[in-house]
Amino acid sequence: MSTNEWPLWEVFIRSKQGLNHKHVGSLRAADAEMALQNARDVYTRRSEGISIWVVQSALITASDPADSEAYFEPSDSKVYRHPTFYDLPDGIEHM
Amino acid sequence: METLTQEKLAEKFQAKIDADIKIEPNDWMPDTYRKTLIRQISQHAHSEIVGMLPEGNWITRAPSLRRKAVLLAKVQDEAGHGLYLYSATETLGVSREDTIDDLHSGKVKYSSIFNYPTLTWADIGAIGWLVDGAAIMNQVALCRTSYGPYARAMVKICKEESFHQRQGYEIMTTLMNGTEAQREMAQDAMNRFWWPSLMMFGPSDAESKHTEQSMRWRIKRHTNDELRQSFVDASVPQAELIGLKIPDPNLKWNEARGHYDFGAIDWEEFWQVVGGNGPCNKERIEARVKAKEEGEWVREAAMAYAKKHKS
Amino acid sequence: MEHTYKFLLRIGDDSLILGQRLAELCGHGPILEEDIALTNISLDLIGQATNIYTYAAQLEGKGRDADALAFLRLEHQYLNAILVEQPNGNFADTLVRQFFFDVYRKLLFEQLLTSTDEQVAAIAEKSLKETRYHLKHSSEWVIRLGDGTELSKERAQFAILDLWRYTEELFYMDETEIQLAKAGVIPNLQDLKPLWMEHVLSILNIATLKLPENQGFFGAGRQGRHSEYMGFLLAQLQYMQRVYPNMQW
Repeated sequence: MSTNEWPLWEVFIRSKQGLNHKHVGSLRAADAEMALQNARDVYTRRSEGISIWVVQSALITASDPADSEAYFEPSDSKVYRHPTFYDLPDGIEHM
Repeated sequence: METLTQEKLAEKFQAKIDADIKIEPNDWMPDTYRKTLIRQISQHAHSEIVGMLPEGNWITRAPSLRRKAVLLAKVQDEAGHGLYLYSATETLGVSREDTIDDLHSGKVKYSSIFNYPTLTWADIGAIGWLVDGAAIMNQVALCRTSYGPYARAMVKICKEESFHQRQGYEIMTTLMNGTEAQREMAQDAMNRFWWPSLMMFGPSDAESKHTEQSMRWRIKRHTNDELRQSFVDASVPQAELIGLKIPDPNLKWNEARGHYDFGAIDWEEFWQVVGGNGPCNKERIEARVKAKEEGEWVREAAMAYAKKHKS
Repeated sequence: MEHTYKFLLRIGDDSLILGQRLAELCGHGPILEEDIALTNISLDLIGQATNIYTYAAQLEGKGRDADALAFLRLEHQYLNAILVEQPNGNFADTLVRQFFFDVYRKLLFEQLLTSTDEQVAAIAEKSLKETRYHLKHSSEWVIRLGDGTELSKERAQFAILDLWRYTEELFYMDETEIQLAKAGVIPNLQDLKPLWMEHVLSILNIATLKLPENQGFFGAGRQGRHSEYMGFLLAQLQYMQRVYPNMQW
């Protein structure tokens, strides 16, 4: 790989006011300002967004799929965190 | 934690595939699955990028302001689609630059349809309608492919491409409603692009060396011949509606099969074009290499600037 | 009316011809992301040309439409500045051309927002948003190239020296502009020049680039006298309309 290859950036877009930024893809750019503009040109050609975040892919720390059981399965057994775990007497429909 | 044997990992992997659970970048995957994906996605990406050239050939000559804007937007979409797909290959551990170098050295192919020249304005219509039509058949099927980043790229691409085929068909319809010269131009484009479009689905199932394994891994969800048949079935009535003749004397509706029968494809031509002897193979790669080489100093300058001003 | 029509052709032709030049690059950019960015600018310019010609055709009142104005005039009837018909050259040539033009267009559209002609004001309002983005894009590239590598600096500097002579024409005024300025349809273009110079200098300073000293100016595109490049550009632009006259596409 040539050292002149521009770094990879991940792009997050808020599609409309009130919603979270959501990951939409990645692109290459030499600097942050260029990454923002490239994101605008590449990922909002059809009015997909009103706000953009970019972050260099290399700066993201991700969980390891090999750890996914240890990470995520323990919460499966904590059913009491969900409202459907609890019984309501007849006559009360919404709570 | 105990390490799983390769065999166990492979078993778990196939079980996930069979359950239609998507494979994501850092998940364990067999080496051949990774290699097959890199080959297929990069071929697909290259096809988008090289595919910009034959249509780009007519942007400066588009006959009206509306057509010029539409064509620009369409070719631009293809750049975007190439970019999404290169991004998908990068999640498999190969850089875009290396992937592109493989295209330029001839190591990796692109869809051979783009080695045909665009000689008239009607070719822009034929490409949009037939070539994009054929591509969409493939791409819709790929939205459910087993590798997550590839499937997501395809969903985005399919959404954006929905106007591409329509604009091509609209060009053809306008020509067929026009003057004698325009109708001739349209039919001539049809004659030249029909067979290469059928070839886009690749060799017949019996000949295709990758199909079986790719189907088992759910990288591919339909065989080449299935998709080709769907394309013929969809295109014939569209051609008839606007008065275009399909250049195939053996084409006829088969009531028993519920499909159109069509003539034999000239696979010799296909292999010649794939092998580099098509009318524009050399020009296409030269144009891509030129863009890369002439852009080198620009990319260097931007990096140099970014390094100087890193805060 | 006649003056407004002529002025609209001048700015509409700027949009069309520069849009056409940038369209030539589609599929040939230095990197995919920039290819897409330049195509967006081209699309904006062609959209602007369409809006401007539509109004011009309406003012002309001879039953011509925007396409007729775009595709069916003779070379000397196009009134774009010579700057925009200059070939794309290398990336520095393209971006410096764009930068000089964007600064001018931003200043122009800002002033046209208060035009006494409401349609002109509406066109300016829509185009200004696009132009501000174009200017951001071209300014940043001029800075990157100027302050990038030795080679990029040399090429950017050369592009500036080469294109500088065509910039004066952007502020050209004849009877048309003088009358329109009096009527408040357009600003006095000569007043834009110092603002343009100030803006250009501020970016070139950051880019560590210089303006040429004591260099003269040239350009008669506003009067329909073009460079040799123009005929070839029009040959492509008009090809279909000339070879297949009077057809719908």
